[in-house]
Amino acid sequence: MSNGNMNLTLKVWRQKNAQTAGKFVSYKAENISPDMSFLEMLDVVNESLTHKGDEPINFDHDCREGICGMCSLYINGHPHGPKRGITTCQLHMRTFHDGETITIEPWRAEAFPIVKDLAVDRSAFDRIQQAGGYVSVNTGGVPDGNAIPIPKVIADEAFNSATCIGCGACVAACKNASAMLFVSAKITQLGLLPQGQPERYRRVQSMVAQMDEEGFGSCTNTGACEAECPKEIKLTNIARMNNDYFSAKLFREEEVHEQNH
Amino acid sequence: MTLDAKIPQGPLAEKWSKHKFDLKLVNPANKRKYDIIIVGTGLAGASAAATLAELGYNVKAFCFQDSPRRAHSIAAQGGINAAKNYQNDGDSVFRLFYDTIKGGDYRAREANVHRLAEVSVNIIDQCVAQGVPFAREYGGLLDNRSFGGSQVSRTFYARGQTGQQLLLGAYSALNRQIHAGKVKVYTRHEMLDVVTIDGHAKGIVTRNMLTGAIDTHAGHAVLLCTGGYSNVFYLSTNAIGSNVTAAWRAHKRGAFFGNPCYTQIHPTCIPVSGDHQSKLTLMSESLRNDGRVWAPKTVEIAEQLRKGTLKADQVKEDDRDYFLERKYPAFGNLVPRDVASRNAKEMVEEGRGVGGSGFAVFLDFADAIKRLGEETVKAKYGNLFDMYIQITDENPYKQPMRIYPAVHYTMGGLWVDYNLSTTIPGLYALGECNFSDHGANRLGASALMQGLSDGYFVIPYTLGDYLAKTGPKKVDTSHPAFEQTKQDVIAHVNKLLALKGTKTVNEYHRDLGHIMWEYCGMARTDEGLRKAKGLIQALKADFWKNAIVTGENEEVNASLERAGRVADFIELGELMIDDALMRKESCGGHFRVESQTPDGEALRDDENFAFVAAWEFKGENQPEELHKEQLTFEAVHLSQRNYA
Repeated sequence: MSNGNMNLTLKVWRQKNAQTAGKFVSYKAENISPDMSFLEMLDVVNESLTHKGDEPINFDHDCREGICGMCSLYINGHPHGPKRGITTCQLHMRTFHDGETITIEPWRAEAFPIVKDLAVDRSAFDRIQQAGGYVSVNTGGVPDGNAIPIPKVIADEAFNSATCIGCGACVAACKNASAMLFVSAKITQLGLLPQGQPERYRRVQSMVAQMDEEGFGSCTNTGACEAECPKEIKLTNIARMNNDYFSAKLFREEEVHEQNH
Repeated sequence: MTLDAKIPQGPLAEKWSKHKFDLKLVNPANKRKYDIIIVGTGLAGASAAATLAELGYNVKAFCFQDSPRRAHSIAAQGGINAAKNYQNDGDSVFRLFYDTIKGGDYRAREANVHRLAEVSVNIIDQCVAQGVPFAREYGGLLDNRSFGGSQVSRTFYARGQTGQQLLLGAYSALNRQIHAGKVKVYTRHEMLDVVTIDGHAKGIVTRNMLTGAIDTHAGHAVLLCTGGYSNVFYLSTNAIGSNVTAAWRAHKRGAFFGNPCYTQIHPTCIPVSGDHQSKLTLMSESLRNDGRVWAPKTVEIAEQLRKGTLKADQVKEDDRDYFLERKYPAFGNLVPRDVASRNAKEMVEEGRGVGGSGFAVFLDFADAIKRLGEETVKAKYGNLFDMYIQITDENPYKQPMRIYPAVHYTMGGLWVDYNLSTTIPGLYALGECNFSDHGANRLGASALMQGLSDGYFVIPYTLGDYLAKTGPKKVDTSHPAFEQTKQDVIAHVNKLLALKGTKTVNEYHRDLGHIMWEYCGMARTDEGLRKAKGLIQALKADFWKNAIVTGENEEVNASLERAGRVADFIELGELMIDDALMRKESCGGHFRVESQTPDGEALRDDENFAFVAAWEFKGENQPEELHKEQLTFEAVHLSQRNYA
């Protein structure tokens, strides 16, 4: 238990929508408990703004358990704040000190237009998944789960890639706004598993094509994405994706250009 | 109106097979003539949307999140049950059925639960085929663990993120159908009403949360897959956005609400640390496979622990009371959730609670770490431990975790028949949104099972029967019922926007939560519930006078969204109180203080209460009418639950 004993200054990006120019506005955050999460601190600020009849600060959030991938926020120059391996909802105020000024911005990337204030539109990520991030299997009539044995190390490795929450921190961290860590995580997960083999090379071509279409930049191996990923997805995923992509282009007969059918 | 659960005739184990054969089919070439509306894209909604689109129907799916992948199913941690008997430990469809009926304290519908157990086997296969990376043994086969309320290992899992992996599986199946043009998804859209024509559901009214546009959508059927309503308690383990609005508005249009007071309290949550808290975080039940629950034997030791003059690891073995192992030796720490929760509460009431607030008991891994080594424990539960460290700033590898029960899941929901149809023909409720399969208490690892069962394997059959009978005649939003319902929605939105009082919506929500937890939480009394009813009515009146809603409709407006949801929660809260007041028995996590055994266990009253309470809305501020669906048990013998 601790008391609300921190007082902070927030510099928050306010922007009505994608068509309007935005600007930083300063707010006081008073009587903040170190046990609050960062989002709970914003809740407190929003409550006081509402009492004054002002518009609360808009930000995306939902599960507040670090798994839904909805929360974002660029805090003091880092996606999800200064600590490694966590989302904004898991960031607690004890990470900051009394009297500090905290700068809060939205994800900045051309492919992620501003929705309002600190929330952005990440639907580009969905469209990339729709381009091929799946195994084409209908419901019903599938083999018994144990009929597809998968070595534990492979299953674990696929799982590590599958933990991506699609928050977009990799894009926000990247100087090129590249989405390659996100895309490669799904390609790696399905590429490692036997179920993913039949469409392995089609998948990588369609997903990469869609990624380019959405306006994400290229990877220049800086590694900021890996450093800032709240789920610690590894750069080796990108290596696997590149490998599959080149294999597809060099050795496969079937080249996939399609966007929509 | 009489309730007809439409349970098929014949022996229990053959009901579903026979029913599937009896259901009418829609010719594959005709399926494209039907439009289906699905609200919610969690396990139930995404699996239903994908499956129905695969069959050939045109699907429109709606969610309030920015992507279907954010649905709250993603947060489920522990696992999903299936009667595979891969462990050769005596599991079977009948045993899963039996455990679920008993775990639900004999307040679930036998036929539904048996179907769930049958279908559970197919769910695992389906998810594996989609590439869901379940945990595996070194030999490459699927691994299992056990969960509360069962003595076999039937829970399949993907580390502590099973819900995430299952949802991403369903999301990928959905994506495939979006790409194929068979599903159109509307994200950041909230359903605000259901449109009925001649008593049948024919569409919905939505608000676009980006622009404020209020739109109507028509379809041959509407499926609500909108999850549970635990956030009526303000503090719960649910995502902040989880709400009851879609289901509640459907209720007000004629869908009966089943067993609203059935709330599951989960025993292993991180305790509340202060008033600022916006939600509670669950520690998966799977932790109880290796963690041992204890409280200090005496009030004196507890006091030292609360003050911090004594640390948990300094408490001698003899001074610890492993109360679950002591009282329930056969199940030990893996007793069902209601039993574990009630016992923790008892410890606190005896003054033996720990932590700064005294509202906690310990979940200790010291023995497991000694036995298995820290690395093994980390591999099994690492992400959960990390989460605990983030929130509490304490290291559970060195000190036991502090845990306390919290509201987690709602077993109540829209009443549905065996076909998952609500009392409005054409309106279906799937997953946590319906009341049907869990009885008065949900066993661990069965929520994911029900969501996917309904979406992948039940609704594709039962919906076809309705569609085949009603025919493909085009429904159109030009029908006056659409305009009328839309105007009702606009009027409601404007009424909320006109609220320019002095108290924030969040403050009302917190007040509601206090009332619900205090009087309709883990223990309930006649007197308390009567008091709560008055408090809620006063809160409701005050809300419509003094709440503050900022901004306007034609923009992103979280204040407005929240206000609509809290207004609905307040109304639902009143119905929950009525339901709890009527049910003068204890069952599952619903503990009526007046009804207990001499040992303090929940005491059911089968003679008078072996029924589903289905409430009918009778108009604003009118008492709801109670309908009863009598539960009959053919395959199991009703007995006092005993986990000793």
